[in-house]
Amino acid sequence: MGNMATQTQFHVLAVDDSLIDRKLIERLLKTSSYQVTAVDSGSKALEFLGLNGENEDEERNSSVESVSAADEDHQVGVNLIITDYCMPGMTGYDLLRKIKQSSSFKDIPVVIMSSENIPSRINRCLEDGAEEFFLKPVKLSDVNKLRPHLMKGITTKTEMQSNTNKRKGSEEIQSPDRTRPRYNELEVV
Amino acid sequence: MDVVNQLQRQFIDYSASLHREGFLDDQFTQLQKLQDDNSPDFVVEVASLFFEDCEKLINNMARALEQQQGVDFRQVDASVHQLKGSSSSIGAMRVKDVCVAFRSFCEAQNREGCLRCLQQVTHEYSLLKNKLQTLFRLQQQILAAGGSIPVVE
Repeated sequence: MGNMATQTQFHVLAVDDSLIDRKLIERLLKTSSYQVTAVDSGSKALEFLGLNGENEDEERNSSVESVSAADEDHQVGVNLIITDYCMPGMTGYDLLRKIKQSSSFKDIPVVIMSSENIPSRINRCLEDGAEEFFLKPVKLSDVNKLRPHLMKGITTKTEMQSNTNKRKGSEEIQSPDRTRPRYNELEVV
Repeated sequence: MDVVNQLQRQFIDYSASLHREGFLDDQFTQLQKLQDDNSPDFVVEVASLFFEDCEKLINNMARALEQQQGVDFRQVDASVHQLKGSSSSIGAMRVKDVCVAFRSFCEAQNREGCLRCLQQVTHEYSLLKNKLQTLFRLQQQILAAGGSIPVVE
């Protein structure tokens, strides 16, 4: 099992339709020594993961910037997804739902960013599986909060990788069954 | 090294005035802190993207507001929302503040108010652009003289 030895960096998939915000989040993440792939839409994110309704085991050639080298026998290893909420087409929330409904990817931590401080929106995202909700502009102190979620994923990732190697017939749609802590008071950084 | 000190002093003073006058807020300082040897042109690059974005969005807003048959305020608002986002991300406080007012006028479907805001936002954008270009020029001069760029808190 040579994977764990060669995986020296966490890989974060960043999703934002704003070029400036993509550049910013990329810098923030790279400063924190994460490997980053930045895409400009939810559908590109799903495509990158290999999750677009078709055979998810198929390796996809991505035209997105800074594509990480995919492991030979596994799909691209993404340890965390950070996504903007407000995007044309698929919102960050829609993306969150799709990730959480995917048997292969539901355990990848998802973080939502938004320029708007709307408590009902924030609560809904957290209840439906987002680990964190960051208000924009995102700061280094926010990115520092990602580490525990990434560290938590180390054991689940190994299990996940051995699961996705098996051929699956059709995508299992699971309704998110988790009880999430309800955040009554959010720390606004 | 006196030249470097002088330039650095100028840079600090100019930076401070930009913050004091509200052109830049703390987010800009955050960006400067993210700049390092691995990414020495980060702030200039982000600023360039911002200016391009500004021009594009301002043009969109102007076109949408020109429609005599009926202004699509949602379209205007979409552009303002984007501009508000980018200005917030770069720390362009005055531009951002105009966008906040602008959005209210969009919501109220007030064409006159929107046109005023458009004028204001264009004005603030060009002011900021000039000032940042001056700041970046100072930066360049410091580097050329062999000095390092002070981080202004």
